[in-house]
Amino acid sequence: MKSLRLLSLVILATMLVSAACGPKAVAYEDKIGVVTIKPGEPIVIAYWFVVAGPDASLGTDTKRGIEIAIDDKGGKLLGFPIKLIGEDSACNAEGGVAAATKLAANPAIIALVGSNCSSEARPGVPILTKAGMVTVSPSNTAPFLTDPNRGPDYAGYLRTAHNDKVQGAVAAEFAYKQMKVTKAATIHDGSPYAEALQAVFAETFKKLGGTITAQEAVAPTDTDMRPVLTKIAAGKPELLYYPIFIAAGGHVTRQAKQVAGMEKVTLMGADGMFSPDFYKAAGDAAVGMYHSSPDFSAFAAGYKDFLDKHQKKYGEKPLAPFHAHAYDASMMIFAAIEKVAKKGPDGTLYIGRQALRDALFATKDFKGLTGNLTCSPSGDCADPRIAVYQTTADNVKNLVMPETPTWKPY
Amino acid sequence: MLRRVLESLSLTDSFMWLTGGAIVAVIVVGSAATLSMGRYSGRHWFDFIIFGLAQGSIYALIALGYTMVYGILRMINFAHSEIFMSGPYTACYVAMALSRSGFLESQPILSLAVIFIVAMAVSTVIAVLLERIAYRPLRTAPRLVPLITAIGASFFLQYTFRGLYGSGFQAYPDIRMLQGAWLLGPLRILKIQVVVILAAALMMAGLYLFIQRTRIGKAIRAVSEDKEIAALMGIDVDGMIVRTFVIGGMSAGAAGVLYALMYRQVHFFMGFIPGIKAFTAAVLGGIGNIPGAMLGGVFLGLFESLGPNLFLDGLGVPSPNQLKDAIAFIMLVMVLIFRPTGILGERLAEKKA
Repeated sequence: MKSLRLLSLVILATMLVSAACGPKAVAYEDKIGVVTIKPGEPIVIAYWFVVAGPDASLGTDTKRGIEIAIDDKGGKLLGFPIKLIGEDSACNAEGGVAAATKLAANPAIIALVGSNCSSEARPGVPILTKAGMVTVSPSNTAPFLTDPNRGPDYAGYLRTAHNDKVQGAVAAEFAYKQMKVTKAATIHDGSPYAEALQAVFAETFKKLGGTITAQEAVAPTDTDMRPVLTKIAAGKPELLYYPIFIAAGGHVTRQAKQVAGMEKVTLMGADGMFSPDFYKAAGDAAVGMYHSSPDFSAFAAGYKDFLDKHQKKYGEKPLAPFHAHAYDASMMIFAAIEKVAKKGPDGTLYIGRQALRDALFATKDFKGLTGNLTCSPSGDCADPRIAVYQTTADNVKNLVMPETPTWKPY
Repeated sequence: MLRRVLESLSLTDSFMWLTGGAIVAVIVVGSAATLSMGRYSGRHWFDFIIFGLAQGSIYALIALGYTMVYGILRMINFAHSEIFMSGPYTACYVAMALSRSGFLESQPILSLAVIFIVAMAVSTVIAVLLERIAYRPLRTAPRLVPLITAIGASFFLQYTFRGLYGSGFQAYPDIRMLQGAWLLGPLRILKIQVVVILAAALMMAGLYLFIQRTRIGKAIRAVSEDKEIAALMGIDVDGMIVRTFVIGGMSAGAAGVLYALMYRQVHFFMGFIPGIKAFTAAVLGGIGNIPGAMLGGVFLGLFESLGPNLFLDGLGVPSPNQLKDAIAFIMLVMVLIFRPTGILGERLAEKKA
């Protein structure tokens, strides 16, 4: 009996002690975890982009978008320095898994920007989501990533890039209405991005009244495209839409000019290879071809300043179309952190992971460079404006992308 | 116990034969369906064959390096794909400099010679260094050790070149002489592919004569048959092994330039896929056998080019060209089921026995 009383006394004392420090712990509770940043420690933001290999221009371009966003914040958020770390995601599923696994193991990361390629996101995002993290992609465009039925594995995923459903339809409208083409063929490389984009293109094109003569596929590492182009030529299309990436896209462009029956076919690519690197890969064969890509002329007024900063910082023009989307993604993350972060009495910063996700999904009328961003419940935040550009001989010679669109749907 | 093993073996065997038979049936039915569909004319088939030959002759040139090293050292030199990459990647900078100075335009043949020499020299140096630093110290080690070393060397070289030249890619400049096509009546052949096929055939013929007719060739063959006896006969075994690597490096460097002239893009990872394909070609032809490697390379190229459109198109398979690697590797499986030593492998096996 006596010992029982002693025990209850001990329990009472424990409760009192825990109650004393209790409110603090309760205030920073979060369903999936809290990141604690002590004064002097940095706020860690990570990227997972393709920063090596033939498609590196895409990753470098988006990484620079983040860097300029950090500069615009003065390198600081709520008085804490921002630190950017990152991993190469290689523009394939294996690279996406490797990068996501490595980054998910780092509990200091608050939010991520990435990935670049939809193929990386498909297996990579569930890993980050399970780790409680949130990632905003500047360049994934495959529709399923923000499908309303995408499932809880993708609960930590948003994007500022346009959905392929928009771009594929714009390309098809351009082909049918502007180019007056009735027979088209497509090539994809098995990546979710290209496969979805060409599927939307084909569907819209058929709906408009055109015929699809072939829907072919290559591997991203293929170099000999002549057999597949010969097969496509047998169907006598007037336009070839191949929304793939730089390496394979360069081979298709060059070799299309060498295959009998393909010399006169109009070539059209998409934003995945809208880059000076693509001109290097394709050479003079790229002259006259079309690309569907974000409409830079419709970007907000701040975009001009951004380009000036870019020129000053890196000494060149942007390398790919998604730098502004990456800038917007970073700014959205910074705004959300500012909204949810709580400062403790000792200056320690607490950021709830679920609260951060909620704040990002609640983004509404966010004034970004690419337009006014409002996030849907399934993570689509873009204000998509897609236009079509034509490449001139000067573009290829000087390795610069065309600046003004030749056609826009609006 | 023994009976049970025998039973399970025969089961495996019959399964393998069934698989083989099923694949042959698919090929025959698919080809017949494609041909009766009449989508492709004779001109198309001719194009497919030329594309396949051009691709295959490059595989063959790379495969030579794998097969010769295997013949003499009984190891797979997995770093061979990096020997293939190093030459043309380095020579690309020479080609770009020549193009900027206008020399490439005015003296295309001389420029090409310079590009070939630079590429072959770099590849050869890398191959010889590899042998000296990575493989020779392990000559007496168990066979698995040099194999793993080769994989390590492959990564080391890839990332060394990535450090040297950057992680992006470079593109070979246009050489006007090699652009366009020749017309042979209704047929049309790309100049570059004629050059690739002829150059590869010439090099392979030269190499074959070298191995068969010269004293050094004879010595290399002797070493590959039995190192100890060859040493007793007064043959400098190490010297012959170095010469084998020199030949392998030179053919890989030349193959690399031909590859780069055909596809233009060069980067630090460019050797990986052609390397795997060439290794497949070497196994297909019977590893260790030089004419086998040549034959295997051409076979593989032809299967890749013709296979998807001939075998699968008629069966209504969507986007068959995506499956060309699958077809190439299924062919390898087929050859290994019916002829485990490869197409020309038996002769070698007899000699070694």
